[in-house]
Amino acid sequence: MTDLTDLTLAGARDALLRKQTSAVDLAKAHIAAIEKARALNAFIVETPDKALAMAQASDEMIAKGEARPLEGLPLGIKDLYCTSGVQTTAGSHMLEGFVPPYESTVSAHLWRDGATMLGKLNLDEFAMGSSNETSYFGPVISPWRRAGQTTPLTPGGSSGGSASAVAAHLCLGATASDTGGSIRQPAAFTGTVGIKPTYGRCSRWGMVAFASSLDQAGPIARTVRDTAILMRSMAGHDPKDTTSIDLPVPDYETALGRSIKGMKIGIPKEYRMDGMPAEIETLWQQGIDWMKGAGAEIVDISLPHTRYALPAYYIVAPAEASSNLARYDGVRYGLRVPGKDIASMYENTRAAGFGKEVRRRIMIGTYVLSAGYYDAYYVRAQKIRTLIKRDFETVFEAGVDAILTPATPSAAFGLGEKSAADPIEMYLNDIFTVTVNMAGLPGIAVPAGLSSEGLPLGLQLIGRAFDEETLFSVADVIEQSAPKLPQAAKWWI
Amino acid sequence: MSVDQATVRRIAHLARIKVADEEVPHLQNELNAILAFVEDLTKVDVEGVEPMTSVIPMPMKKRRDVVNDGGIPDEIVANAPVSEDHFFMVPKVVE
Repeated sequence: MTDLTDLTLAGARDALLRKQTSAVDLAKAHIAAIEKARALNAFIVETPDKALAMAQASDEMIAKGEARPLEGLPLGIKDLYCTSGVQTTAGSHMLEGFVPPYESTVSAHLWRDGATMLGKLNLDEFAMGSSNETSYFGPVISPWRRAGQTTPLTPGGSSGGSASAVAAHLCLGATASDTGGSIRQPAAFTGTVGIKPTYGRCSRWGMVAFASSLDQAGPIARTVRDTAILMRSMAGHDPKDTTSIDLPVPDYETALGRSIKGMKIGIPKEYRMDGMPAEIETLWQQGIDWMKGAGAEIVDISLPHTRYALPAYYIVAPAEASSNLARYDGVRYGLRVPGKDIASMYENTRAAGFGKEVRRRIMIGTYVLSAGYYDAYYVRAQKIRTLIKRDFETVFEAGVDAILTPATPSAAFGLGEKSAADPIEMYLNDIFTVTVNMAGLPGIAVPAGLSSEGLPLGLQLIGRAFDEETLFSVADVIEQSAPKLPQAAKWWI
Repeated sequence: MSVDQATVRRIAHLARIKVADEEVPHLQNELNAILAFVEDLTKVDVEGVEPMTSVIPMPMKKRRDVVNDGGIPDEIVANAPVSEDHFFMVPKVVE
């Protein structure tokens, strides 16, 4: 058999069931790949012993004919998910050394279904960033490089470790999370598939909180099918999360291969931004042609409040972050820096434990929630959120089945290229993805082509609430129609 | 709207984040850049619009008000920077 790390997740699942390989061999191949790829800085903690022990248990289950849906499949876990007995940092100095005595619901679902854990994946600190450069543990490097260049590029963020590890074939799939684009932008930058499910589809319990009304767990993998398989295990009702929805979880894999003939695909005019690179425009048109080719009907639509989504997000998300991150006070867990009294202990701890971007967002959040500004900023932003959601409801009520947009305004950029003085430049990366979080809808990023510099570009599909199945059906059409992207050259070996 | 240096210090104090004097001008610029960016929102007519409270409408879940977990004090204090006899220890707050 060829290199086991070249199998897709679905391919590895089938090979295990046909006894063409073993879970232990599959785990060993990935552990070896991770060891050779430390230059990517994708993992904060590697757990090879755990992976091998879990793989051994999986081989026993397979031998008994009792294989579970993800039996023996090695995965990476974004270090935002609490993992029992394994350090969980959220990419922050504040939580360095924190070892949860409990397991997040979503990762517990994966182990329940037989998956094996390779380690914890690097991310922007508390998932606040679009390039992985805010991680206390250093930036993740993308396996992709511009043609003929060696400049290190970002895999995107905040799920940069997840995207980089999946694209570099260090794991078959990974968990990620998306508050403003943190699954879809890194997927688009690395030629991988990433879905942000409907808000409430996956439990948030045990996932380190950033902005609770926007945060949602989801998978990144190399194919639409692999993403669908992971999604089925990750989703599901959890009594421990009051916002988790009590709805049956469909077998998303069966949505692949369904005809999209007659479906209405909306093209929102507001996503045609001034100064959008021509190659993004071309990619989008290409996607429209693929939809038409598969028999779908293209409908021009308007989402009039699109331009206000990003500014409203930069009020709502920091406000919720400032409240959520109040828990890091040096008392119950995490870092403590002593002070002359308890107030100075808090202030010293939080100054030392949080990085620049996190401090900045906490301060903005504190300001917009403070007396005298609450109505002008926070309440106004939540009203605009209602309008953004209404825009989507209007087009879906008119019969649109899914909306097609570019995933990002450009291909991946170089590390350090956007981390200069102006934080807004980095924020603009999420311009096409953030509306989806504001409206609580599902969105998927699918690789669709290469930029002139040879870097992956992705398209985004936005669906109705809890209709991830339609997204998988349409994403499958894009995947089948798009030229197959080459694998990133393994320059790190 | 924009913030002055006194406001930056006040926000930092409210957020319980120590800020050195030399960081204040820089922070002021960054916060004002973000506030200028969100200024666009004042152009939207929000008259009569309800602020969003729940992005996916669902009834509030309830459970019985009973103890359903506990008896794990070792685990609770396991990650505390300082603890003693299953208490979290903090600097003295009352003289």
